Amino acid sequence: MTTPSLSPSLGPTSTIVAPALRLHGDLAVWLIILAELLTFAILFLCYAFARSFDVAVFNESQRTLDLNSGAINTVLLITGSWCVVHAVQAVRRDASGVGARWLVAALVCGAGFVTLKVIEFSAKLDAGIDLSTNTFYMFYILLTAFHFFHVLLAMLFLVILLVKTLQGAYGSHDSHALETGAAFWHMVDLLWIVLFPLVYVMR
Amino acid sequence: MFNTALNRIWLALLLATGVTYWLGESGLSGSAGMLPVLLMFAMAAAKGLWVIYDFMELRHAPLMWRVLLVGWLAFVTSMIVLAYWIGLR
Repeated sequence: MTTPSLSPSLGPTSTIVAPALRLHGDLAVWLIILAELLTFAILFLCYAFARSFDVAVFNESQRTLDLNSGAINTVLLITGSWCVVHAVQAVRRDASGVGARWLVAALVCGAGFVTLKVIEFSAKLDAGIDLSTNTFYMFYILLTAFHFFHVLLAMLFLVILLVKTLQGAYGSHDSHALETGAAFWHMVDLLWIVLFPLVYVMR
Repeated sequence: MFNTALNRIWLALLLATGVTYWLGESGLSGSAGMLPVLLMFAMAAAKGLWVIYDFMELRHAPLMWRVLLVGWLAFVTSMIVLAYWIGLR
């Protein structure tokens, strides 16, 4: 979605022109992003307030989580986001090859996140932990699995964008789809930035 | 070629993650009252702002979108801190 510059003419001698305000990416996807943020906000607050009424159970169960894995996953998602920003900037400069390499790097970060998460989920399943174990694990599985599927979806978008970037579909003339996929990827990162301290660290 | 401002933001995000990890690993996030948790979610909010403004490129987006996302971040982090405070009482 684009909007006209909000910098009105200041007169015939004025040379000051503010950059046009612009939402990068597709409006429909941004509305989906808002819906996702709202859904996760409800889950985050349900977790936080449920915890405040059952602190002992939450603290005891949280000790079984792997803080190292959670921190590495944070680094992977942040680095993945950083790679995607570089990819978008490279494509806007018509450097599609460079942009594609940044997208591959982002996908490697995503794959690392998915691998660690699968290991973490497997360990919990092997320990006999499921949604009915207690309130903490119910929220832990719900939140992290829901987020996990968003990472998978974001990776699927990145793969499609990578193929199109390699085909030269994007450039200074058009980076709209790439910006849309990037916004969704960054949303996944933003959600984890709140989820990590909430579920893994706060005791 | 290599946007240094972006790289500085990335390093700041990693540094904040390191501090959050240390708060958890040292046990401070559960034994020192409100302060470490306040610090942790202030850092989460700062990280989120960087992502919203510089990664999602909302710094130059229409005001409504900045209000919506920054408002979401402020509301969620402050409500979590409030819930933690209730749990301490």
